[in-house]
Amino acid sequence: MRIWRYGDDINTDMLFPGKYTYTCSTPDEIKPHLLEDLDPEFARKVKPGDIIVAGKNFGCGSSREQPVVGLKAVGIKAVIAESFARIFYRAAINQGLLLIESAEAVKAYKPGDKISIDIDKGRITVGDKEFSFPPLPKEILAIREAGGLLNYTREKLRKLYG
Amino acid sequence: MGMTFAEKILAKYSGKKETMPGEIVTVKPDHLLTHDNTAAIIQKIKEELERHGVFSSDLSIIVIDHVVPASSEKTADNHKKIREFVKKYHITHFFDAGNGICHQVVVEKGLALPGSLILGSDSHTCSYGAVNAFSTGIDRTEAASLLLTGETWLKVPQSIKMILKGKLSDNVYAKDVILYIIGDITASGATYCSVEFHGDISQFSIEDRFTMANMGVEMGAKNAVFPFDDITRGYLDSIGVPSSAYSPVYPDEDASYMEILEYNLDEIEPMVACPHTVDNVKPVKDLEDIDIQQCLIGTCTNGRYSDFQVAAKILKDKKIHPDVRLLLLPASKSVLEKTLETGVMQPLIEAGGILLPPGCGPCLGAHQGVLAPGERCISTANRNFKGRMGSKEAEIYLASPATVAASALYGRITDPREVDL
Ligand code: SF4
Repeated sequence: MRIWRYGDDINTDMLFPGKYTYTCSTPDEIKPHLLEDLDPEFARKVKPGDIIVAGKNFGCGSSREQPVVGLKAVGIKAVIAESFARIFYRAAINQGLLLIESAEAVKAYKPGDKISIDIDKGRITVGDKEFSFPPLPKEILAIREAGGLLNYTREKLRKLYG
Repeated sequence: MGMTFAEKILAKYSGKKETMPGEIVTVKPDHLLTHDNTAAIIQKIKEELERHGVFSSDLSIIVIDHVVPASSEKTADNHKKIREFVKKYHITHFFDAGNGICHQVVVEKGLALPGSLILGSDSHTCSYGAVNAFSTGIDRTEAASLLLTGETWLKVPQSIKMILKGKLSDNVYAKDVILYIIGDITASGATYCSVEFHGDISQFSIEDRFTMANMGVEMGAKNAVFPFDDITRGYLDSIGVPSSAYSPVYPDEDASYMEILEYNLDEIEPMVACPHTVDNVKPVKDLEDIDIQQCLIGTCTNGRYSDFQVAAKILKDKKIHPDVRLLLLPASKSVLEKTLETGVMQPLIEAGGILLPPGCGPCLGAHQGVLAPGERCISTANRNFKGRMGSKEAEIYLASPATVAASALYGRITDPREVDL
């Protein structure tokens, strides 16, 4: 498991450049351009189970969802940041990408530390320190449990129309 | 206990008497905006659409604006799919390429009304706070779900009250005010919050308010809104919307705010957001000798009639610097028509400007004026992120139309107060 450490205000253009917004939508089209202008190594070396640790306002900028779809597709286990931009946060809920907001955990992280996450208990361990994060509200848990918003909507439609 | 604008409007749309920050409510918005991304959105729910159709043909507003006319086979094919979808499901509010940028079109066509709720799969959907609507951006998956069900959840945000006091000086515009505010509270200073503008706002036209609400998302806000007043009413009258068509929402006097900030407008000068974040804001007079190669006047932030009028005043009977390209990008067809009818566009073209079709143009780096490595652009847009307008080796500066026009004249970033008219 590798941990990718980035700073504050990592915006959507850094995560996935706007010039590809209308030509790349599928996970396979998105993957090679992930973090292209920020860290060209990322797309080549990222592996399932990797974690991103970042500063404030992660995902700010555009409403494009390719950054979230891409991070989910390459198997990022969680993004832990001091804070997230709102549309990005929503997109992550809708795609089932785990985001953890914990400024304490981010500040405690030193290169070489191992990170483990217990979603049910709301606990995250960074090196030898443990932190808690608030549980998800029930409306959001329901979307997560359905496997993302589209599945959740499909269930709703089934109930409505049979 | 009184309620803020956001608390009141979310109570109204979720059928509750009151709401509290942090609460999650289910709402049915009046409209759902999508643009060129409609093609990708409907792709996600092909089967469901076949089986159940859209929730309502009146909910969607679809504008083809981001890459118009199509720049490649792929974008052309996307546009074609959108047109087919529109026909098949009888989408009422469809605006094909050439009508303008989605946000401008929504407001001009009277689709955003005081006290209404609009969601859109574009981050600058927050613009409609200019006319007292609650509007905010969502992602594509959520737009897909809304197309099918007509409803979604929203978290009730905390609110920030910004009181604007005093009077703007000459050559200082709404754009300078919002850049100043973002520089002050930072790009994440209003994250997840509803921003309300109060105070001496009667000096701001709907066009000015549009510029300011548009950039709400650049400080992280969920929405940014102006109270309804005579200026809002006057604007809606002018586009043929009678006051019987809407009911404004006013925050209560005793509402509780997470933060109350005061800004003294008299102190604000022409400002510039420097690369590569929108909150890296400096007074233009402190920037020395920054050569530029491209100037852009337009986008959903500043591509309206008054913006071209200001630029025309500065560039009339003059020529831009020979090393500069000046791109003129009207926000809509009706803006373009008005600038042609009144003769505002002519002097800009005579000065050396290149007129682009109404739409997003080079704002997102897809076409019509992308930047080469090492180039600098000063633009009236809302974002200066690295790589946004082409090369990641290029730099983008954001400013008011007056500052951009003055800079076009000298080929370097220039304070509009230095230009002899
Ligand atoms: S003009 Fe720019 S910021 Fe506005 S909607 Fe188009 S791409 Fe987005």
